[in-house]
Amino acid sequence: MTSQESMPTARAERRQAKRLRRFDNPWMNPKLFWGAGLLLGIIALGLIGRFLWNLDLVFTGSTPLKLPPLGFENLRKQPGVLDYPLGTDGGGRDMLALIIIGAPNTLFVGLLASLIGMSIGITLGFTAGFVGGRTDDVIRVLADVMITIPPLLILVVFQSAYGDVSLTIMALLIAGFVWQSPTRLIRAQVLSMKQSGYVQMAQLSGASTFHIMFREMLPNLVPYLFGSFIASVTTSIVTAVGLEVLGLGPQRIPTLGRTIYEAINAGALIQNLWWWWGIPTLLLATMFIGLLLINLGLDEVSNPRLRKLS
Amino acid sequence: MGRIPRSYLINRVVTLLLTIWIAATLIWIIPRLSPVDPADIMLGRMAAGAGSVANADAILAQLRASFGLDDPLWLQYLKYLKNVLIFDFGLSTATFPTAVSSLIAKALPWTLGLMILSLIITFVIGNLLGALMVWERSPKLAKVAIPAAMVFTSIPPILSGLLLMWIFAVKLRWFPLTGAYGLTVEPGWDWAFVQSVLHHGFLPALSIVIVTFGFWALGMRGLMITVQGEDYVKLAEAKGLRPRYILYRYMIRNAILPQITAFALKIGLLIAGQVLVERIFAYNGMGKLLYDAILDQDFPVIQGVSFVIIFMTAMSVFLVDLLYPFIDPRIQHEAT
Repeated sequence: MTSQESMPTARAERRQAKRLRRFDNPWMNPKLFWGAGLLLGIIALGLIGRFLWNLDLVFTGSTPLKLPPLGFENLRKQPGVLDYPLGTDGGGRDMLALIIIGAPNTLFVGLLASLIGMSIGITLGFTAGFVGGRTDDVIRVLADVMITIPPLLILVVFQSAYGDVSLTIMALLIAGFVWQSPTRLIRAQVLSMKQSGYVQMAQLSGASTFHIMFREMLPNLVPYLFGSFIASVTTSIVTAVGLEVLGLGPQRIPTLGRTIYEAINAGALIQNLWWWWGIPTLLLATMFIGLLLINLGLDEVSNPRLRKLS
Repeated sequence: MGRIPRSYLINRVVTLLLTIWIAATLIWIIPRLSPVDPADIMLGRMAAGAGSVANADAILAQLRASFGLDDPLWLQYLKYLKNVLIFDFGLSTATFPTAVSSLIAKALPWTLGLMILSLIITFVIGNLLGALMVWERSPKLAKVAIPAAMVFTSIPPILSGLLLMWIFAVKLRWFPLTGAYGLTVEPGWDWAFVQSVLHHGFLPALSIVIVTFGFWALGMRGLMITVQGEDYVKLAEAKGLRPRYILYRYMIRNAILPQITAFALKIGLLIAGQVLVERIFAYNGMGKLLYDAILDQDFPVIQGVSFVIIFMTAMSVFLVDLLYPFIDPRIQHEAT
């Protein structure tokens, strides 16, 4: 970037001065902030809702059928009632109770799957980058191969063979397909960092491999690791929701995807029961937007060239 | 092979073969690790659904044969691999004597058509918008509106599909709710059929387009930032070329090529997303076939569809990797 490119206006100058005065912490990023806020909101809904709302309403037949949310009318001219503020579904379940339990479940699958996937990725990536040779070849080829296989398709085969699974098993299964990109990313970073001055300096001064890995390299990888983690949370949730919408996954535990599946199958679209599929759709959308904002924010943290643009 | 070094080619071919082999093996092993006999389960479900099953023995025999349950395991595996290579997945259990491969052959053109169409549209729109986000002369509105619109691009197409269905098919009734063509038109190459296909395909395509263009736009933005500072762009400006000409012929043209490799990484997710869109729109493609097969516990079809989709994904990645050096001469594959 050359200086004659942009003639700074007075406003930009003031902004520049303000920027220089304060401690410039790249982590104080508005996108990061809003994204985290959206996700925390959903977590809070799940946590606080558990104490404030009657969760027995999540069982089939515990409420009247197909009541609309408060302030709306359904096709049978029934108004929404305060007892079920977000309406009820076609099986007689309260939508509010359904999302209080379902949304954290969906998020849980995503987080657990990516935590496991990341751990595998960090281990394999560092191993490949450091050990090199045959080990590196095997890990690299395996990651290259597995990254082309869409997780959804293998898991469809798996789950239709096994039937009902628990949330944890589903997360474990998905984890088997989200380790590849962190592995590739970390391997590439480790390979390039190995050549950098400070790592070679550490090596010359006799630091242990462990020290170099975790004290010298890992801190520099943090933004990448976070970004990669968020990306795999997104992939995991998309895969989980995909399985649920195909009628697979946990059959008796409420999740957002399962709710959408039941709504579509019951013809909620044609019957104008928009709250049945709409509320879980909206929550999932909020989740994904939150994750994207965090990812964009992290991009700006790790790549200062992007920060200048916004 | 022209500019491609032999070692690179071998590397890519090995990766392709390994991918197909691992996918086929996983699909083969998974049902065998299951504690229950899939053939029995399927027959049991059919019996439960229909009261009694005609030709139960024949179906059971076919199932056992298609899983090869009577042979030793290694022979079963080798037979299976041979069959998979010629796309023979046995017979469907839901529509019994139909071969799985003929069901897939019927569904595949719809999936490919929808995919290629929506891919081209997103690629063009996404890259153009991404470039406009960086370009100095693009209207102020573009720099505010495009990033705002991109927030929605993190949403999987199934969610956008539901919203679009509700707005345009249920509320406004501009487009049909489900299916790939109208019930009243005969499939054929006449205008009524083509019109019906376009009419039915619009919403599924749109639901994919509006949530995937942002991926290309984001990538393009990053690449444009790099290209912007290049000397040849400055030279073009100094020569007094029209800014629009510089944008298209100097900046986008150089930035767009690496985007093609991004495609290779994304295609798996794109296909998986489209399968789900086809399922909610009951579009006559692989997604609907897969969903119906899951409902019917039609295991040969589930295996067949999964394998074919994984095969397509691996093939496209392979082709992109192979063709890329020809498209972008700047790439020099080093013999490693």
